[in-house]
Amino acid sequence: MLQLEGVTKRFGGLTALDGVGFAVTPGSITALIGPNGAGKSTLLDCLFGVCRVDTGSIRLGEHELTMLPTHAIVRLGLARTFQNLRLAPHETVLDNVLAGLVTRTPFSFTAAILRLPAARHAERACRLAALEALDRLGLAAKARWPAGVLSFGDKKRLELARALVAAPRVLVLDEPVAGLNRAETETVEAELVRLRRAGRTVLLVEHDMDMVMRLADHVVVLDGGRRIAVGTPAEVQRNPLVLEAYLGQMEVVA
Amino acid sequence: MDFMQFVWAGLGNGAIYALIALGFCVVHGAMGIVNFVQVDLVTLGGMFLYSASVLAGLPVPVGLLAAVVGTALVAMLVERLGLRPARTDHPLVLVFLTVGISIVLRGAIQMVWGKNRMAVPPIAEDVPVRLWGAMVLPQTLWMMVLTVAAIGGLVWFFRGTNLGLAMRAVASNPRAAAVVGIPAGRVRMAAFAVAGACGGLAGALVTPVTTLSADVGVLLGLKGFAAAILGGFGSFPGAVAGGVLLGLVESLAAAYVSSAYKDALAFVVLVLVLCWRPSGIVRQ
Amino acid sequence: MDGLTRSRWLHFFWSHRLGLGVLAAAGAVLLFPWYTDNPYTLGLTNRIALMSVAVVGLNLFMGCTGQISLGHAAFMAVGAYISGILTVHAGWSPWLALVVAVAAAAGFSLAIGVPLLRLSGHALAMATLACNVVVHHVLLQEDRWTGGPSGLAGIPPLTAAGWAVDDPVRLHFFLWFVVLVVMFGGLNLVRSLPGRGLMVLAADEVCAACLGVPVARAKVVLWTLSAVLAAVAGSLFAHTYGFVSPDSFGIFVSTDLAIMVVLGGMGSVWGSVLGAAVIVLLPEFSELAEAYKEFVHGGLLVAMLLVAPQGMIRGIRQAVALAWWRAQQGRSDAAA
Repeated sequence: MLQLEGVTKRFGGLTALDGVGFAVTPGSITALIGPNGAGKSTLLDCLFGVCRVDTGSIRLGEHELTMLPTHAIVRLGLARTFQNLRLAPHETVLDNVLAGLVTRTPFSFTAAILRLPAARHAERACRLAALEALDRLGLAAKARWPAGVLSFGDKKRLELARALVAAPRVLVLDEPVAGLNRAETETVEAELVRLRRAGRTVLLVEHDMDMVMRLADHVVVLDGGRRIAVGTPAEVQRNPLVLEAYLGQMEVVA
Repeated sequence: MDFMQFVWAGLGNGAIYALIALGFCVVHGAMGIVNFVQVDLVTLGGMFLYSASVLAGLPVPVGLLAAVVGTALVAMLVERLGLRPARTDHPLVLVFLTVGISIVLRGAIQMVWGKNRMAVPPIAEDVPVRLWGAMVLPQTLWMMVLTVAAIGGLVWFFRGTNLGLAMRAVASNPRAAAVVGIPAGRVRMAAFAVAGACGGLAGALVTPVTTLSADVGVLLGLKGFAAAILGGFGSFPGAVAGGVLLGLVESLAAAYVSSAYKDALAFVVLVLVLCWRPSGIVRQ
Repeated sequence: MDGLTRSRWLHFFWSHRLGLGVLAAAGAVLLFPWYTDNPYTLGLTNRIALMSVAVVGLNLFMGCTGQISLGHAAFMAVGAYISGILTVHAGWSPWLALVVAVAAAAGFSLAIGVPLLRLSGHALAMATLACNVVVHHVLLQEDRWTGGPSGLAGIPPLTAAGWAVDDPVRLHFFLWFVVLVVMFGGLNLVRSLPGRGLMVLAADEVCAACLGVPVARAKVVLWTLSAVLAAVAGSLFAHTYGFVSPDSFGIFVSTDLAIMVVLGGMGSVWGSVLGAAVIVLLPEFSELAEAYKEFVHGGLLVAMLLVAPQGMIRGIRQAVALAWWRAQQGRSDAAA
């Protein structure tokens, strides 16, 4: 589905990504882990064309993404959440989710201004989809609230709703449970389980080791901009390189 | 030789633009915003000089000092009463806030000093001096001398005083500066004071040459901003160089290309520079 | 009325609130001349209509991109002066002149917009201001065509089927019809799916791109759209008053347009008309506002930004929502 090969990105003298390659197979949850500064965020930025890779290729199905602008990449079937919240605080919760459905119709000013029938019908369908997504994540009652007044956990789930309502081919989640309490984490986790059962493809960037071990089918480990391990959670857990770079610290914490 | 005549005129105006540009840069360094109020601080400098020397009958040098100090105080008030209560870092709100305060200040100036044009006395008598083949007004020389003095003062302030060092720290890395406990409020207020002093000096120096009215600062201030952009916005030496360059280009273009478009030239240059290199000429 | 019928009615009103709102506005426009045909009053409301066309356009640009333009009076100037010059000097029909003027403004806005829109924030605000100063200067200097500082007079009114749109009542119907069309288009855009994306663009460019909004194209289209509406307003201005002068399109007019946008609220189409109305009517309410126009306009802007940066319409709506919510809280507290 999504395939990265030899992705390299330098900022001045600093090599943020050094020949990273892995594949996300359809219908699976692939977790991307690594200590702080390992290059996870840079990788996501490159994936979405927010910054340009120096060398390497990123392919979604048969499309090469590295030269495309962000909005074109997204229209090919990617959607993401952000590590630090990025919502339109003055718009309502429902409108924020509807913003996730921009890719559903062509971005046409003419159709929008004249309110052509196609645009109107698409909008009605999208409204239903948005309300359903809000309902599943327990936000339906707050659909008319301005997004800015939601609690942190609700905002986080709102972002998830906005990404998943687009029904992307690959859903990219950047630390979806960071900062959430246990109950909120469970809602998100339940949603992920449901997504996997529905055969959706997820790329999960996460710090919560327990959750990664429970949910992920594959795990990719980054450290210092390099891919140091890949495999099932169990394999990765036993990998000495990983233990040294990452899990070692985790066990001390645990 | 005519050429030298235009060079002198250009250098004189360039000095004014440089002062105004410095005012823009200091506030931008401390707060990361473009301060539209700078425009009216220039007017205010002229107004204070007018009040002190014409209305109160003080000698012009004292009036000049009063103009600089008075404008600096008004600028500090603007920061304290106008910008600080906003408690937002949304750039859109901040830009509009400075635009709004600028309009308010212009209105206030109209209320206090009226809407008529006024004449302000120069520092020395209006007897031109012969210098390198050109007749130069003493006021033009004073503009350059005092601008250089002001730049010297700024260099000392930013290198030699604690507050100046703190301001440089904030300009280069606001977050780190906040972490090590540099008081943000004092730095912002100091930045406004410096910007006010620069603007006030510029206004007090230039209004004897132009005439004084409530909107005299608008065109001058915008040209000062153009100079700051030319110099790679934020760089102090760049601002000075940009000011002098703009003054010279303007004066020579008016002489040899078209005098009708003299006042528009700075803005054409500004737009072209921004199109060609959005962050200005000096900086990469 | 039982609960079900009532909720159906409520739902009908809610889901058709846009169409009903515009319909109500259209009704008010239609009936207004029967309420008063005082030429002075109609002169004021017509002026509101003219400004509204430009302000709705500017608001679409500022509210959807989160960028500031302090130069839209320049596009009004292009519309007004090209209309004026073509009708006065070349004897063209006003309608043709209007179309050409608007097309010219669109071309002009594209030419400066494509390079300038790479800028953002303060730099863009200053650049647009600079463009306005240049345009203003051209109007002053090219007096062979523009009449220089004394302006250009004798611009004919628009005519339709032998009717000249020249007296206040006809102007009222014509201008407000234009406003309603513009508002309807604007409202449609704001609440369309692309419009939802544009709301995000106003707050966060990267996020909007990641949601599939073509950021660069959207900015240029909105910029051109707003310039076109400003030019329409300018051209209508010329044909309404028959006279244009450079100071009708200086930088202070641009800042006034921006103030109207902020007063009404960024991205709020209804607010744009309200903002235009407040600024136009303000001098009518008090001598002070007349004599110290700048002071009052600036003060309004500052006060608005400090108290309710989201604008009047949303500010009121949020205040009402908050009060309602508090009342609900109070009731449930009392019940518990």
